[in-house]
Amino acid sequence: MTPLATLAAPSTLAAYSTSTGEAVQFWILGTVAVIGALCTVFMRRAVHSALSLAGTMIVLAVFYLANGAYFLGIVQVVVYTGAIMMLFLFVVMLVGVTAADSLKETVKGQRWLALLCGVGFGVLLLGGIGNASLTEFDGLGEANAGGNVQGLASLIFTKYVFAFEITGALLITAAVGAMVLTHRERTERALTQRELSEQRVREGKHLPPLPAPGVYARHNAVDIAGLLPDGTPSELTVNRTLRERGQIRDVSREAIGDLKALEQRSEERLERTRSGEGTQ
Amino acid sequence: MNPVNYLYLAALLFTIGATGVLIRRNAIVLFMCIELMLNACNLAFVTFSRMHGNLDGQIIAFFTMVVAAAEVVVGLAIIVSLFRSRHSASVDDASLMKL
Repeated sequence: MTPLATLAAPSTLAAYSTSTGEAVQFWILGTVAVIGALCTVFMRRAVHSALSLAGTMIVLAVFYLANGAYFLGIVQVVVYTGAIMMLFLFVVMLVGVTAADSLKETVKGQRWLALLCGVGFGVLLLGGIGNASLTEFDGLGEANAGGNVQGLASLIFTKYVFAFEITGALLITAAVGAMVLTHRERTERALTQRELSEQRVREGKHLPPLPAPGVYARHNAVDIAGLLPDGTPSELTVNRTLRERGQIRDVSREAIGDLKALEQRSEERLERTRSGEGTQ
Repeated sequence: MNPVNYLYLAALLFTIGATGVLIRRNAIVLFMCIELMLNACNLAFVTFSRMHGNLDGQIIAFFTMVVAAAEVVVGLAIIVSLFRSRHSASVDDASLMKL
């Protein structure tokens, strides 16, 4: 036990209940936290799960502040919701936002068994806390007297200094490990432009540059396939990435009248320029 | 209200996180559930710190946060490299060692 704890132990400092304001805050925000946690587990899309978890973490930060852990409350917002959740979102974007979990069970009845285990575990945990005699508490008034950050700092740099140093080593190892895991070594030399052109000629597949996207001047966006003479869209004209994602916009079925109006308008303009030339 | 209620909330959140780890199969969501469990532990530590009137609980919660950050960095790197080789983030697909 630390000297601080022995100082705070006398029963004159002990309290039995917090303020009403904190109780109201607890019941409102606690509900939000539980709903956020449930959404994290049961939302099918990973993005929705990540956002729900971020909400839960912000609520927890408020609870830290209410519990007198001012430094941890701020760190929770900055590190967890700021850094870790953004890292999660980044990986979700990298892996594919639309990838929803499959609902097919690989082990039969696993979901219900898991729910049963969860409920049993929760009952055991809550029952254990309920059985403990925790009616009074000391409060952090004494320990936070010289400032929360100062108190934490004096503990970190005296009693826990070795743990702190080891934490530094752990962080460096983690950073290097992440770089090693995601780094891909190039096993062969990258082909030059000349080699690529020679390869194209050797294979005899498609010598000239790929055709441009777009149909008419009004529809030359990169995601619109150009139309072949028979009216079918040509896949070649759209970027490979868009093609693989299936993000090609097909205008071959757009109203014929639309195109007709366009042609008519361009014809009118041509007439005008022609007549303008005639007068000169 | 007694601060014990914070402990009940922490236990509830931990249970939800543990259930999520058992139910879900997307590796990223699994990681989020683990983060939820770590956060619930942190809440319990902070509450204990208040109940006992000393700051040791907050120090432990601080170290938990650091370790969680390191764990997330390495874990997400593993998920990214798994996704590169298998084009899937489902933990069921990584079954190369299965007979």
